[in-house]
Amino acid sequence: MAYTSERPPLTESSDQLRARIPGWGVDLDPKDRPSVPKLRWQEDRTGAHWDFPERQPEKWPRERSIEHKFLTPVFGTSCPPRGISGALRRYSYRKYSEGRAAHWLLLLAADRVDAWENHLRSFLTPRPDNPITQTGVTSELSRHGISSRYGKKRADAAHHLLDPVIVAGPWILAGGLAIGLVRRRNRSLTAKGGAR
Amino acid sequence: MALRSVRGWFAGYAAGTPRTECRGWPAVATRLAESERPRDNWSEEALVRAMVYRGPYKVRVEEKDRPGIEHPGDAVVRVTMAAICGSDLHLYHGMMPDTRVGMTFGHEFIGVVDEVGPDVRNVRPGDRVMVPFNVFCGTCWFCARGLYSNCHNVNPNATAVGGIYGYSHTCGGYDGGQAEYVRVPFADVGPTVIPEWLDDEDAVLLTDALATGYFGAQLGDIVEGDVVVVFGAGPVGLFAAKSAWLMGAGRVVVIDHLEYRLEKARSFAHAETYNFTEYDDIVVHMKKITDHLGPDVAIDAVGAEADGNLLQHVTAAKLKLQGGSPVALNWAIDSVRKGGTVSVMGAYGPMFSAVKFGDALNKGLTLRMNQCPVKRQWPRLFEHVRNGYLKPSDIVTHRIPLEHIAEGYHIFSAKLDGCIKPLIVTNG
Repeated sequence: MAYTSERPPLTESSDQLRARIPGWGVDLDPKDRPSVPKLRWQEDRTGAHWDFPERQPEKWPRERSIEHKFLTPVFGTSCPPRGISGALRRYSYRKYSEGRAAHWLLLLAADRVDAWENHLRSFLTPRPDNPITQTGVTSELSRHGISSRYGKKRADAAHHLLDPVIVAGPWILAGGLAIGLVRRRNRSLTAKGGAR
Repeated sequence: MALRSVRGWFAGYAAGTPRTECRGWPAVATRLAESERPRDNWSEEALVRAMVYRGPYKVRVEEKDRPGIEHPGDAVVRVTMAAICGSDLHLYHGMMPDTRVGMTFGHEFIGVVDEVGPDVRNVRPGDRVMVPFNVFCGTCWFCARGLYSNCHNVNPNATAVGGIYGYSHTCGGYDGGQAEYVRVPFADVGPTVIPEWLDDEDAVLLTDALATGYFGAQLGDIVEGDVVVVFGAGPVGLFAAKSAWLMGAGRVVVIDHLEYRLEKARSFAHAETYNFTEYDDIVVHMKKITDHLGPDVAIDAVGAEADGNLLQHVTAAKLKLQGGSPVALNWAIDSVRKGGTVSVMGAYGPMFSAVKFGDALNKGLTLRMNQCPVKRQWPRLFEHVRNGYLKPSDIVTHRIPLEHIAEGYHIFSAKLDGCIKPLIVTNG
C-alpha cells in the first residue's frame, strides 16, 4: 500500500474480534477506564478520615530527601543506617537532592559497602553468609538449568557467565587476599624464628 | 491532634509501655483472640520468618522481630500468599539505590488482618485482605486526585516516587510481604477485604501485576482498531496484551526472546508474537508488519533489565551505570508510528538512562507512564475477573514455600523451568 491517508486494513473486523476474544471492547469507552482522566477527584478519599495524618514517632533521626519540606508523617522503619554504609547514606541524603547523580551514586556505593559489612559481620554469628544457598544456584540442577538455556535462542545467554563472576568474584578475591595475608604473616614469623 | 499523639507516644515510650499498648494513643490496638492465632506460643517478642536480602543475588529466610503497630492507622497482616515480581529482580540484582541488607522484599501479597491500630475503622482482625503495592495516605494532593502511587506523605527518602512495600529505602524503607507478617500503614485506605468469590491466587495478582498491565493498556489511549505492540511477555506484558483487547485493539503483537513466554502470549492473550532474536532488527520488522507506518501504541513491559543490546544491558544491569537498560523502551519509541503513544510499565531506577529522546520528539510521540495506582483499578478489574474476561492466575507457574525463596528468586531471575510467575506460600 502506498503512503496515502488510508489506514492499513486489519485482518479481523471488530465483530469478529468480539466473537473470538472474551470481553473484547468492554472498555472501549474511555469513561469505563478507571484511570481516565489521569487526575480525577476521589470523593470517597478511599476511606481516609483525616486531612493530614497523625505523625509517626521518629525513633532515630530518619534520613530524608532535602526536596521534602519535612519528614513525611508515615515512613518505613526497616534497617536503620549504621556503620560506614550508614554514614555514606546519611551524607548523601543530607547533601544532595534527588536531581544529583552524586546522590544516587553514593547510595549505590553505600549498598556495596553495606553488603560487605554484613558479610563480615555474619562470620561472627552462628549463621555466616553462604553464597551457595543464598543464591539459590542449586536449583540449576533441580530446575532444568541446562535445558532451560541451551538451544533456546535466548538473548540473555550472551551475559550469563557474568552473573557468577559478579557473585563469586569478590568472594574469591577476598579469600585470596585473606590467604595471602596469612601466608605473608607465616613467612614473616618463620623468618623471625630463623633469625633467632 | 498530631502533636498530642507524638507527646503521648514519647510519654508511653519513656515509661516502657509495651508496644501494643500504643505508647499513649487513646485506645489499645485490637488483635485477634489468642485462640484464633496461628501459633500456640505467641508472645509480643515472638520472631517471625521472613525473606531477607543479603546483597546482590543473595537472599535467605531469617527470623526477625514480628512487625508492630507504629502509627495509629497501621495494621499488621499475617501473610498467606505473596509473589515475586519482575521488579523485585532489580532489587535482587542490586540495581536500586539504597537497598539495604536485612530488608524484606515483597509488594504483592494477601493475608489476614492480625492487629490494627486504635484509629483503624475499615478493617478488623480476622479480615482476609488484599493489599495494593502502593503505600498511600488517601488525602495528599496526589491521592485526592487518584494518583495513589505518587503519594507525598509516605516516602521521606524521595519525592520522585511514592511508597512501595519491600522496595528499598528509595521507596520509603517499608519491609515487604515475603514474610509471615507485615506492617501495613494506612490500613483504612489501602487494604480491601477480598470478595468471597475471588480466589487467593487471583487476589494476589490483583495487588500489582494485573492492575499494572491493565493500567499500561489504559495509558496507551487505545481506540477501536488500534495496533498495539507489547514489548515483554512477562506477567505485566501478558496482562497488558490481554487488556488491550478489552479496550478495543484491532491487533495485539507481543515481542520477547523466551519462546515459552511467547507461547503463553499466544494462548493466554490471543496475541500475535515475534521472537526478536530471529530478526536482524525488530524495529524494522514492526514496520514491515504494519505497512511501514508502525503500531499505533507501544507498551514497554520490560523495564530496567532489558536484553537485546549487550552494551545497554551490561552498563545498566551489571555495572549499574544507568537507571535501567532502555532497550525495550527505545524499540517502542522507534517502532511506534509518528504521533503514536508509548506507555511505559517497565520499572526503571532513579538514575539516568540512555533513552532516544530525539526520536520521541521528532516523531511527535506521547510518552505516558507511572507506577500503577492499584486501588483505583480494582472496582473495574473485579468486574472483569468476575465476568471471566480476565483470569490472572492462569499465568502462575510456580508455588514456592517461603523456606525455598532463594531458589525461587534464582529460578525467576534465570528464567529456568518455564517460569513466568512464582508465588510464595508462607504456610501462615
